[in-house]
Amino acid sequence: MEVSTPRVIAIVVALLLLVTLPAWVGNPYYINVASQILFFAVFALALNVLVGYGGLVSLGHAGLFAVAGYTAALLLARGHGHLVADTVALAVTVLTAAIYAVLSLRATGIGFLMITLAIGQILWGVAYRWASLTNGDNGINVAARPAPFGLSLAGADGFYYLCLVVFLACLASMRMVVRSPFGASLRGTRDQERRMAALGYDVWTIRFWAFLLSGFWSGVAGLLFLYYNQFISPQIVALTTSAEALLMVISGGTATLLGPVVGAALVVIMKNVVSAYIVRWNMVLGIIFILIVSFMPEGLVPGSARLWAWARHRLRRGKSGVAAATPPAAAGEGGP
Amino acid sequence: MPRPSRRAFVAGTAAGAAAAAFGMPAIAQNAPFKIGLLTVKTGPLAQGGIQMEQGIVTLLKQRNNTFAGRKVELISADTGGNPAGAKTKASELIERDRVDVVLGPLAAFEMLAINDYIRQQGTPVMSLAGAEDITQRLANPWVMRGSASSAQCCHALGDYAAKELKYKRAATISEDFAFGYEQMSGFQRVFEEEGGKVVKKLWPPMITPDYTPYIAQFGNVDCVVNGFAGSNPVKFMRSYADLGMKRIPLLAGWTAMDDALLKSLGDEAVGVVSAAWYSASLDNPVNKQFVADMAKDYNVIPGGYSAGMYVAGQVVEAALAKTGGKADDKKALNEALRGVSLTETPRGPVKFDAYGNVVGDVQIRRCERKGGQLVNTIIKTYSDVSQFWTYGDKAFLANPVYARDYPPAKNLE
Repeated sequence: MEVSTPRVIAIVVALLLLVTLPAWVGNPYYINVASQILFFAVFALALNVLVGYGGLVSLGHAGLFAVAGYTAALLLARGHGHLVADTVALAVTVLTAAIYAVLSLRATGIGFLMITLAIGQILWGVAYRWASLTNGDNGINVAARPAPFGLSLAGADGFYYLCLVVFLACLASMRMVVRSPFGASLRGTRDQERRMAALGYDVWTIRFWAFLLSGFWSGVAGLLFLYYNQFISPQIVALTTSAEALLMVISGGTATLLGPVVGAALVVIMKNVVSAYIVRWNMVLGIIFILIVSFMPEGLVPGSARLWAWARHRLRRGKSGVAAATPPAAAGEGGP
Repeated sequence: MPRPSRRAFVAGTAAGAAAAAFGMPAIAQNAPFKIGLLTVKTGPLAQGGIQMEQGIVTLLKQRNNTFAGRKVELISADTGGNPAGAKTKASELIERDRVDVVLGPLAAFEMLAINDYIRQQGTPVMSLAGAEDITQRLANPWVMRGSASSAQCCHALGDYAAKELKYKRAATISEDFAFGYEQMSGFQRVFEEEGGKVVKKLWPPMITPDYTPYIAQFGNVDCVVNGFAGSNPVKFMRSYADLGMKRIPLLAGWTAMDDALLKSLGDEAVGVVSAAWYSASLDNPVNKQFVADMAKDYNVIPGGYSAGMYVAGQVVEAALAKTGGKADDKKALNEALRGVSLTETPRGPVKFDAYGNVVGDVQIRRCERKGGQLVNTIIKTYSDVSQFWTYGDKAFLANPVYARDYPPAKNLE
């Protein structure tokens, strides 16, 4: 698996930019926006396992995201430590994902979407109406962020580095999974479900494990969300959160590693930064989505790669008259 | 000046300030005093959010963008009406724009989401959100409320319904969220202590396309109390009248009969009795000027959302006058804010209790048609109403916060 030199340079530059971000951004507000992009990117990457590689469109992932947040918040409110709260929260989230999977994997396509949507709405109902447990509409406050190994995460910088470490770990694990035999078989179940079954693969089990992986990282993102806001309330369990995550994945590019990250950046920046300048930022976001769907139906990342390859192709042919073979791997098969 | 955009407004402020500079060169070297407005301009709460901005803009225009000799810059931020948005926008105003004081936010859950953050940052906030606990069990030394806690007006409404209207049996209906619970619990508590009975409590979801199934459940009652907010009261009152229910008198909280809604209402609203901390019909010179300016600039009748921010702005102005225009010392500014006591505001006299909540008049109004226009005519004024009604803070705070099932409704049928 050789990696080309320009790609190595690009990765190193990107890493350097990310690591030094607090220094060149300066203002804590923008560092906080960057942290939000990172944990929403983790959430979008988690969803992408199902949507992109598994071909299973879920509209209930806000439930998983919030189960982690709520579990941790409730345990913290009852006086447990961060380590206990976070570990239990992740375990509960994975368990919830297993329940999701068992209920929803009997279907694919619209059926799958409707079942995940229904479970997500049930969890929203629990968060909203079971007020004696969840404090209902008023939500739960978390007094302080954790301080692992004595490192304070209270400031914008510290929390950004936590998000960055988690984000990079998530990206690396996604890359490993996608390139593993498991990743290949998951894509197989997406493209040729019956053939995979005929070849002896247990399609259901492959999808089940993919769901658990997706649930785990959704839970991690949910914990970061909780610690970032130090507050959780039913709004985050609502359908809009699931839909927004799906938009991140689709606009950035499904079944790519960078797509969900770019999508997360787009949505977070529109919501938080652009909304300060344009009152009708919702409309601008809508127009951007329409443009993406019209001109880059495969998403921003593969779409830009395609346009770039096409431009390079034209350029080379203009120079030497030889049709350069553009790498088809740029689109579809897994990005960087 | 119809609905200024953020940038346009900042530019306008600069121009106004330049004009003002000829007359008032005194503190010209000072940087402007920055007011951050946390409002909602998108989503279902946008109507109220836009009125909030109009209210504070009207005050600034009247003062030529100058408080206590100091230029004022207003920066408004759209939270989108959700807690995470409120947190991000609060951080934008406080950490990026370095505002000296924050006005807003609108919704209870937004305020609860930023409560801890405000405590950490130590920036004074003048909230419009009703959430009881913000100035009670979770009282925050940096948060004040110049409008009313959720139940502040409904306590008075319960008293009026039992004592003056002599109602015995009431049904309540309100949205299924904290603001609704707190209002209806406040009504129920006072009404039942004075001999009434709440026999039915209904909680339609925030988005209810048709209220008919709920209206059909009221049964045999003397009055129906509604605590709707946003545009829901308009929908509710229309179905209520359409179903021929007007023989049962309708009572309303402040958002359910806000004066800003009057232009959207018709005969279905005539006769509705409401309790509100602000009324456009209040007869005082400041209010008359405020109503006239709002009519001129925006062609609206101002309601609580606009008046709330206007009063909040006046409180800030009074505090700045006390500190001599200085705001560098946030603690000193905060203390000055909490000590403010005003006699001339659109809502009448205003002072603050030890928890930062307003003590002020609550008006009982009856909606009437006067010369073709709907008007909320004041029929009784409860003076100097506290968020603790007549219970006293200690006794009041010993109980849990008002909720869907607290205090328990023992007389449901």
